[in-house]
Amino acid sequence: MEWLDNFWATYSTLVLSVGTNVLLALSIYLTLACGLLTVANAAFMGIGAYAATLLTLNTGVPFPCAILGGALLPALVALAIGRPTLRLSGVYLAMATLAFGEVVRVVILNAETLTGGALGLNGIPQLTAWYDVALAVGVTLYVLLRLAHSRVGRTMTAISQDELATELMGLNVGAYKLFSFALGAALAGLAGGLNAHFTFFISPNEYGFERGVEILAMGVLGGSGSPWGALIGAVLITLLPELLRGLGHYRPLLNGIILIVIILYSPKGIWDILQSAPRRARPTVAS
Amino acid sequence: MLAQQFINAISLGGVYALFAFGFTLVFGVLNVINLAHGAVFMIGAYAALHAVVQLRLPLLGGIFVAMLVTGVAGWILDKWIFTPLRARRAPHLAPMIATIGVAISLTSTIEGYFGTQNQRFPAELLPAETLSLADVQITWLELRIILLSLALMGVLLWGLKRSAVGRALRALSESAKAAALVGVNVEGLFRLTSVIGAMLGGVAGVLIALYSNAVFPQMGQPMLHKGIAIVILGGMGDIRGALLGAFFLAFAEVFSVAYIGSTMRDAVSFGLLFTILLVRPQGLFGHAAQRRV
Repeated sequence: MEWLDNFWATYSTLVLSVGTNVLLALSIYLTLACGLLTVANAAFMGIGAYAATLLTLNTGVPFPCAILGGALLPALVALAIGRPTLRLSGVYLAMATLAFGEVVRVVILNAETLTGGALGLNGIPQLTAWYDVALAVGVTLYVLLRLAHSRVGRTMTAISQDELATELMGLNVGAYKLFSFALGAALAGLAGGLNAHFTFFISPNEYGFERGVEILAMGVLGGSGSPWGALIGAVLITLLPELLRGLGHYRPLLNGIILIVIILYSPKGIWDILQSAPRRARPTVAS
Repeated sequence: MLAQQFINAISLGGVYALFAFGFTLVFGVLNVINLAHGAVFMIGAYAALHAVVQLRLPLLGGIFVAMLVTGVAGWILDKWIFTPLRARRAPHLAPMIATIGVAISLTSTIEGYFGTQNQRFPAELLPAETLSLADVQITWLELRIILLSLALMGVLLWGLKRSAVGRALRALSESAKAAALVGVNVEGLFRLTSVIGAMLGGVAGVLIALYSNAVFPQMGQPMLHKGIAIVILGGMGDIRGALLGAFFLAFAEVFSVAYIGSTMRDAVSFGLLFTILLVRPQGLFGHAAQRRV
């Protein structure tokens, strides 16, 4: 199994990154499934990363507790800001969550005594193993797939299609939106905590606008209609820069062009294309 | 000291307003969050710099070249990206993701071609004379920046309010379908809006490059963040909101640097932004998205 050891030595960070990006993409899938366009997940990831890291570095709690703490804090923050923020919809919500994300980044940047400010936190023990990430991804994927076919999932789909009608049917729309927002935040925080423990070093700039936009791109590119779409989007966006590594300076250029081309030809995401191809091929009664 | 900072804030605010105008115009009319606006801003700065250095044009010529180049960029953006996505009835986030791709591509191209170092305008071209009114020192450059940005804003506001094209644009931002029904050339105006929006971003780029005498590939990013903060403050798609938001942000930045210190500058701006958002999430002039029954 020597090739496996060599492979792991070189690519472990990449594989683990794919895993945490899948979690992030799933977190945004969850909010998009409820019709919420939030870009705050990067900030929640940052909160989770810092919470888990500070727990590991400053207190002696075991790794799983630190990670759970990292997932819990963003969820609490989401519950706190959720009520006023979720009154907005559409692009206004997106922009408001974007602002929130920037505020979080700036707060982390300026709370130097706690978070190390711009220098970030260093020397984080490499506690994340592949099975932690695999477990997290597996459980999350299972839960979300089951959720999609459950009453909760159907309610969320209904909310995303027509909020007013859903409310008129007697369902507590606000509660469902808050639930999706908070759970999405918890997932992002989980990803952040896991990520921090294999990247050795975290800084506030990693969880800003660029990250938020990247997460959104993962969700939209893969297709926001299904957790599988989120998975595809995450894998693609994580692996693409690596596959293009040979191009050096012009790598981001090709990255950008590929992004444009994919969006132009499958605006609803890749999952949509994969799903509809067999449907189109099947002969219908009308033809 | 206070008056000096006031002048600084006005000049900064004017440039911010131009950038925010371009951004909010594209959002209001095309309903697209153009995340490539920062990259276009950066292209404007580079275009002006090279026009001035290599073609030996005067500063105003450089600005004109910047407007030309970014106008073309805006045209291309609409023709090859926004229009096809509209034709395919893409979900409304798709154009935004596409503009992310555009921004990455543009920045990477400029980095590859010109390198990442800071480039400067040649010193002899920047008028260094200062004017002294009361105990306020204002450089000729700053004065011209203020005048140019106010003039452009005036033209735009007048155009939107009084001209036929302006009325058509306002109709379009209310409802594209209704505008089409009354005979507005929807596709043509979409393209025009993209062009004007990009031009505004380009001019803002040149002015900021002159103001700080720094041209580098990543300069669009922080500006884009500020632009987003401004339009959130002012209300998405609202021109007056962009204007007010821009000056508000400029004043907050200048005065917090002057009196608190530059590290807190971003904290103050975003802190204010967030507080306003908690109280009035749709911004000063925005309207909370109404549910259409």
